[in-house]
Amino acid sequence: MTPAISRRDFLKMSGALVVSFGAAAPFDPLAIAQGPFDTHPSRIDPNKLDSWLAIGEDGSIIAYTGKCDLGQGMLTAQTQLVAEELCVPISRVRLFQCDTDTTPDQGTTSGSQSTPTNFNTRNLAQAAATAREALLAMASHTLGVPADQLSAHGGIIRASNGDHIGYTQLLAGKHFDITVNPAAKRIAPADWKVLGQPVASMDRLALMTGTFEFVHNVHVAGMVHGRVVRPPQIGATVASVDESSVQSIPGLIKVVVRNNFVGVVAEKQWQAAQAAKSLTVAWNPVPALPSQQNFYDEIRKQPSRDFLLVNSQDVDDKLKSSVQVLKATYFHPYQAHGSIGASCAVADVQADSATIWSPTQSVYPTQHGLAALTGLPLDNVRVIFVRGSGCYGLNAADTVSFDAALLSQAVQRPVRVQLTRQDEFVSENYGSACVIEEQVGVDASGMIAAWDCTSWSVSLGNRPGYNKPGNVITGMLAGFEPDTVTPRAATEPTGELRNGSNTVPPYLAGCIGEKCGGNGLIRSERVLSRTVNSPFFTGPLRSPLRLQNTFAHESFMDEIAARVKADPVAYRLKHLTDTRIIDVLKAASQQANWDPRPSPKPGSPRAGVVSGRGVACVAYEGDNGYSAAVAEVEVNPVTGEIRPKRFVVAIDVGPISNPDGLRNQIEGGILQGTSRALSEEITWDDQKVTSIDWHTYHTLPLGIDVPVVESLLINRPGANATGAGETSITLAAAAIGNAVFDATGARLRAVPFTPDRVKAALAVRA
Amino acid sequence: MASISLKVNGDVHTVDVDPQTPLLYVLTDELQLRGPKFGCGVAQCGACTVMLEGKSVRSCVMPVSYVKDHEVITLEGIGTPEKPHPIQQAFLDEGAAQCGFCLSGVILTAKSMLDQNPKATDEQIREAFHGVLCRCFTHLRMMRAIKRYQEKRA
Repeated sequence: MTPAISRRDFLKMSGALVVSFGAAAPFDPLAIAQGPFDTHPSRIDPNKLDSWLAIGEDGSIIAYTGKCDLGQGMLTAQTQLVAEELCVPISRVRLFQCDTDTTPDQGTTSGSQSTPTNFNTRNLAQAAATAREALLAMASHTLGVPADQLSAHGGIIRASNGDHIGYTQLLAGKHFDITVNPAAKRIAPADWKVLGQPVASMDRLALMTGTFEFVHNVHVAGMVHGRVVRPPQIGATVASVDESSVQSIPGLIKVVVRNNFVGVVAEKQWQAAQAAKSLTVAWNPVPALPSQQNFYDEIRKQPSRDFLLVNSQDVDDKLKSSVQVLKATYFHPYQAHGSIGASCAVADVQADSATIWSPTQSVYPTQHGLAALTGLPLDNVRVIFVRGSGCYGLNAADTVSFDAALLSQAVQRPVRVQLTRQDEFVSENYGSACVIEEQVGVDASGMIAAWDCTSWSVSLGNRPGYNKPGNVITGMLAGFEPDTVTPRAATEPTGELRNGSNTVPPYLAGCIGEKCGGNGLIRSERVLSRTVNSPFFTGPLRSPLRLQNTFAHESFMDEIAARVKADPVAYRLKHLTDTRIIDVLKAASQQANWDPRPSPKPGSPRAGVVSGRGVACVAYEGDNGYSAAVAEVEVNPVTGEIRPKRFVVAIDVGPISNPDGLRNQIEGGILQGTSRALSEEITWDDQKVTSIDWHTYHTLPLGIDVPVVESLLINRPGANATGAGETSITLAAAAIGNAVFDATGARLRAVPFTPDRVKAALAVRA
Repeated sequence: MASISLKVNGDVHTVDVDPQTPLLYVLTDELQLRGPKFGCGVAQCGACTVMLEGKSVRSCVMPVSYVKDHEVITLEGIGTPEKPHPIQQAFLDEGAAQCGFCLSGVILTAKSMLDQNPKATDEQIREAFHGVLCRCFTHLRMMRAIKRYQEKRA
């Protein structure tokens, strides 16, 4: 079991400050919604140092974080951070993560925001720096030596005269009882001893030996097993439930129906699984689903909610006066999170309180949702994070936590719910389908004179956040409304550029009035995002919309370069102004031994296996990590198969906390991006989703000819730390598609690049 | 329900379950083992893999009654945190995990195939992994770890 560390003492000190987040924020597709990731007031006051750090009686440093380890290495990196600032080895740090009773409310662990939030000059990093300075000040007082003549090492503070005192003696079981000091000085990266080192992820030994506790392994005394029965289609309502259909199943405890939520509880998991399979539920019919074949046209016929991100007002004129105008439209399907482990949670809901062991990325928002679902007071609901299978965004972690709570409340016993893979495939919050229309005018010198982009995405539901349990399937079935899109015309952009979804291509100046927040020099620019209602739930999937938009922008940039017969790297560089994206692009192309010439490759044969190289780059969310990738691929024109052989990925994420963890994220990201580019797609017929297992939703297995991945880490100690886990994945589809064009002259504008699509593109190539 | 005895990681256990219960549920729920995982539940991903008489099998679809007197070995049965098995050590040396949920499938599939065919070619190794998934795509490190184990084993 996860240690349930009581923080009653901290709670007493910090008072019962509960702030309501109930004011409904207007739906904003630009913020699509990685959820709130900043630090919020809760019972555990983030302004107080004691909310973040304590010195244990054994000399250990106890730290509390609201950013949890989902397999991306946050536990290790944050442990390094605390160790660094407190000048102790990592073995002395005990980091507790994501528990509404013990850790500060840091919203959601998502959006590549954990590093920016906790590794710069706020939150955990600032608390740790404050603690070190406070300990030095206490030692100065005790030893009678000025603080600047003291040094800390291994939990001992020493003066030059040899006098010394330990952290434990200084604090002696007391609290710091001070606020986090925004002026406390972080240890400079040049002086780092623990941060910046390739520390092996601290969970690995337990993982490799099968002793790690996942949420799937949580056992609570008296626990029984639940399964859910999902409607065949989103929006279907229960007509009737025939309980007699399962009465013969031994061990059955209860069939639970609440509004349109249906589940079963049994003594054993196998019994619950059989009951869920056997239960006869009649669902009221709903209108047929839109045709998948025409879906990308259908999207563009719907009333939309529009945002203009930039509009220089001169785009139409510039397009008219251009020497040539290029247009292309790109298509991206719905994709699933497809965690290898179907989601699981355990809930113990009693008459007046509840504890939920959950793989959620957002213990506090989920606590709010659970309070709403169970009707219990917020403060009586405790959500304890226990890691699930890698989630890559909003998989079914939140919804299964809701499932477990509803079933536990109905039977008044602790209930473990294991979803099936099919449960998750048919009703999870998919990554959005997108249609992106691109248009540029090129001047006589071959430079881009004007860029016009319209990016369509679809939306239903989202992260539940603090006040929208209906944004995931269970909440909606239980009677809460999901967020839908209210159509609205765009207004002219004001304020600063908001490019959190990479809707604005990096080559644009991104000017609103006098302020230019883009990464490039094109000043004649218009970028419109349009969001329409989705027939399926949607939500953040690793690099949400940033990946889809970047696929379009970077493929289109390649098309433009080819049209003007320019080298794709040099042509990009001519339109970029931001040194950080320029540097990663140069670094990746140099490392890849890039042969500067236009694409397609001259003299590439029309038959037999051919090879080519392609490039893509991104300033993630405009300024949250910079990356460029070169892909080398082989294409078999007979089978239509694409075989990536090598990726070179350069990355700049500011000061690097853990190079090993960063490489792991780059490697996994580029290969997951490859799987999404080559094979992954949600499919449906007129009644239901048809991609329901690993035979119908296609992913690249381990048994592929794994390409070489070379990661080039550009350390920038002077810059702020940025996110890293969503950068390389963003580049895969465009880099591969561009390499296919280089090899064959065939352009791929629709993900995934299935063999049929490749053959079709080859058939129509120039 | 029936009383069923089975030998797992060297110990004999007796459980009272429906004989059709998948072996996985017995291992995870009755014996509270953490190695084998519920991945897809339909034998398509490998996360539930255990070894039965030296061969990797998918415990999520194998009724517990099929096990009979064959010994079941799980991921925690081949090595311990204090003394990891050489293949677990190879995965540690390569840092071959992200979320780590898939590891029973990856490590036990590799061990089983290399125990039976120590000189397996790269193509044969790939073949063995056509039905094994890692959705974090830690492919590079995992394949390096498997090769490292194969070379050390030789």
